[in-house]
Amino acid sequence: MFPIILRRLALSVPLLLIVSAITFVLESFVPGDPARTVLGINATQEQYDALRAAMHLDQPVAVQYWLYLRDLLQGDLGSSLFSGESVLGLIGQRLPVTLALVIGGTLLASLVGVVLGVYSATRGRFSRRLFDILSLLGSAVPNFWIALMLVAVFAVKFGFFPATGYTPFAESPGQWAAGLVLPVISLSIGGVAFISKVTRDAMMSTLGLDHIRTLRASGIRPSSIVWKHALRGCGLPVVTTIGLMMITFIPGTILIENVFTLPGLGTTVVDATNQHDLPVVQGLTITFTVMVIVVNLLVDVLYSLLNPKVRAE
Amino acid sequence: MTTVEAPPKARSRPRTNPFAGIWRRPVPAAAFVVVVGISVAVILAPLLAPHPPLAQDLLHTLSGPSANHPLGTDVLGRDVLSRLLYGGRPTLIGVGLAVLVYAFFGMSLGILAGYLRGWTDRVIVAVLDVMLSVPAVIITLAVLAIFHQSNAAAMLTIGFFASAGLARIIRSSCIALREELFVDAARVSGLGPARIMARHILPRLTGQLLVPVFLFSGNALAIQTGLGFLGLATPAPAPSWGGMVGEAAQIMQQDPYLLFVSGGVIGLMSLSFGLVGDGLRDLEQDRRQATGGRLRRPVPATAPQDANKPSDAPPDGAVLAVRDYSIAFATAQGPRTVVDSISFSVRSGEIFGLVGESGSGKTVTGLSLLGLLPPNGAVTSGSAWLAGTRISGLPERELQGIRGSEIALVSQEPMVALDPYFTIGSQLSEVVRRTGAVPGGKEAVRQRVRDLLTSVHLRDPDGVARRHPHELSGGMLQRVVIAMALAGSPKVLIADEPTTALDVTVQAGILDLLRSLRDEHGMAIILITHDLGVVADSCDRALVMEQGRIVEEGPVEDIFYRPRHPYTRQLIASTPSIAPTEGRIA
Repeated sequence: MFPIILRRLALSVPLLLIVSAITFVLESFVPGDPARTVLGINATQEQYDALRAAMHLDQPVAVQYWLYLRDLLQGDLGSSLFSGESVLGLIGQRLPVTLALVIGGTLLASLVGVVLGVYSATRGRFSRRLFDILSLLGSAVPNFWIALMLVAVFAVKFGFFPATGYTPFAESPGQWAAGLVLPVISLSIGGVAFISKVTRDAMMSTLGLDHIRTLRASGIRPSSIVWKHALRGCGLPVVTTIGLMMITFIPGTILIENVFTLPGLGTTVVDATNQHDLPVVQGLTITFTVMVIVVNLLVDVLYSLLNPKVRAE
Repeated sequence: MTTVEAPPKARSRPRTNPFAGIWRRPVPAAAFVVVVGISVAVILAPLLAPHPPLAQDLLHTLSGPSANHPLGTDVLGRDVLSRLLYGGRPTLIGVGLAVLVYAFFGMSLGILAGYLRGWTDRVIVAVLDVMLSVPAVIITLAVLAIFHQSNAAAMLTIGFFASAGLARIIRSSCIALREELFVDAARVSGLGPARIMARHILPRLTGQLLVPVFLFSGNALAIQTGLGFLGLATPAPAPSWGGMVGEAAQIMQQDPYLLFVSGGVIGLMSLSFGLVGDGLRDLEQDRRQATGGRLRRPVPATAPQDANKPSDAPPDGAVLAVRDYSIAFATAQGPRTVVDSISFSVRSGEIFGLVGESGSGKTVTGLSLLGLLPPNGAVTSGSAWLAGTRISGLPERELQGIRGSEIALVSQEPMVALDPYFTIGSQLSEVVRRTGAVPGGKEAVRQRVRDLLTSVHLRDPDGVARRHPHELSGGMLQRVVIAMALAGSPKVLIADEPTTALDVTVQAGILDLLRSLRDEHGMAIILITHDLGVVADSCDRALVMEQGRIVEEGPVEDIFYRPRHPYTRQLIASTPSIAPTEGRIA
């Protein structure tokens, strides 16, 4: 178990270095610089030079990157070119919204996907076909469009849930949950299609294995065979798929947060991109990458726990 | 695949058109037409569009479909059809660029790593690992923060990072291809690695590009339209599909119609990419296994009128009887009979051998008695009786009550016969609770499990119960499987090649165990085997099967000393250890 985790951690170091370097390298290719962005066109040359020096923009790119990394290790991600807010503070403030979406979406998609997949594996050919078509539709239709449709029906027409906006959990847990229902559903639909298909295929091949036949020959009830023994046998592929899905949900939140105007990392990164607010973009890029690394680590750990042969070692 | 067959197959690969056969499948064919049709329409937008995409007609805003505006107008009175046609351009150009980069890097990294191997391979594989862990969409936003609203820069980034997945596929195919004869031939004739890769490897791998390219196109489309929706990829008034969804969303409450048009085009295109990709993959798989047809349409089960036949009554004294019993499997060539009107009966306390080579129908006969035939097989005639009750044709629910408690199975491969994820104790307890009818609570079940494990001569029953199957040897596992079969005190035990997968040293022990259990419990054991030595050792009576028919039946002594059928004689002659002259049978 430990070698797998160590390997993953070793891989994450070059990954973070590359991801954090990308913006520096690209920035050096284009004319103009953040100092100009901050000051606007009316600033004097002296103001401009002073700010450039303060932001280390007069140094070579490699030195700028080095200084950025040094600050990063001390927990300083710089501050927004527009609001002057500390990037780390901004992330701390926005992260809970995105995490709630990703975790909620993962739980919902896994639960519904596994149940649908098992159900479809144990039914006839017709229901399998129908299921194939539905899962194809679920993965083909863009999730921001599904989100808009859900808003149109459940928020605008019936008024069940708020169409947009976010209530912090501390303010009102009920409203917090109500505001997350539609975003979480929109995020999870593509995942449901993905998980249920993998579960269905894994289930069908597991049901054909010898140990399942032994259990059937011993008179064990089909419900126990399917939901206890065969589902346990599907654990590895299904967990891997849930991990992959969760990783797609991390950037997936960007669109969903923008449809529902939730104050998460996704809306922040889009605003920062539009405003050329590089420190914020850099900080968020690193945050998103760390989230992906954490999910991968979780999958590795779960994977080891699910496999009795690995666990025993 | 044998090495002799491989080279001609690989050589013919570049010549087979990967699209051949797609026209015989209506769904992928239709999807392909949609992809090509929409792409051509978008390319020809200046010719096809009825209006310029930005021309406003403020007198006719949000009008529905009309002769002048086939798909209606938007909030500024712009023609929706024209905007869709023009709006497809940034979207499809973006997808096209992403696919080009995807194919280029995927192909070249994959071939370099797979052909050169060694250090190049190790470095490239490490790079691919990192690329695959990068959240590409986030990096794309960072790129867009610098290259403002550059569709091209964004989609090139997407294509580049996604290419790592393709490179892995190409790399493993290339490793296989590298070992083939024509590559050796090229190497011997003095061609350098660059030429071999470009001239011999590349053309043979291009066919593998199609499926990933179509599937990736669907992803790239989703990302491009997402960026368009966020207003990040295309500057404002110019139309793009994603941008049109965004515009439609703003007036959604007044008029949701435009949301369906713009979202519909994206969904249709994305769906079509996926369907073509899946269709091509299915075609590829079909070609690979061209000989094996698909098994369909189960053979209808036992005809009901059988039950009324006078000869169908259960014979006296037999715990298990089979009459005129046939089993067939559905195959691509129609139903194939694998067991052909066999009849036999087994008495309590008897070990009955079912002998024959593989394919003679003996295992299938055993499984059918438990109602465990594979889904494409069925009993097509005759009947089976267990202790006076007809068990053939029973509904699944009633069979469940019989399995384990009336008739039980010991199967061939103990190493895979038990659930690898649960301990021996937990599996046995489940069976005990289901079939054993143990009064009392947990402790009674645990005691029964302990007794069962002891009865199959396992020395440390509590220790065994705590183990997972992979922690035990094959011989021990087979004893556990037998214990499990005994849990419900069955009247008949079907042992399907119980010793075949075991070491020779362990085999005798398992056979001894079966004999002593028979003596102890008085059950009937049907011993299915291809090994006449096992029959001679353990059975009272036996039945010899060949290609689904019974060729010989009787007491074991008769079969060995007075074989009537030439097939039996051949079998005996081919098993030197039991030559009748040794006189081991008494």
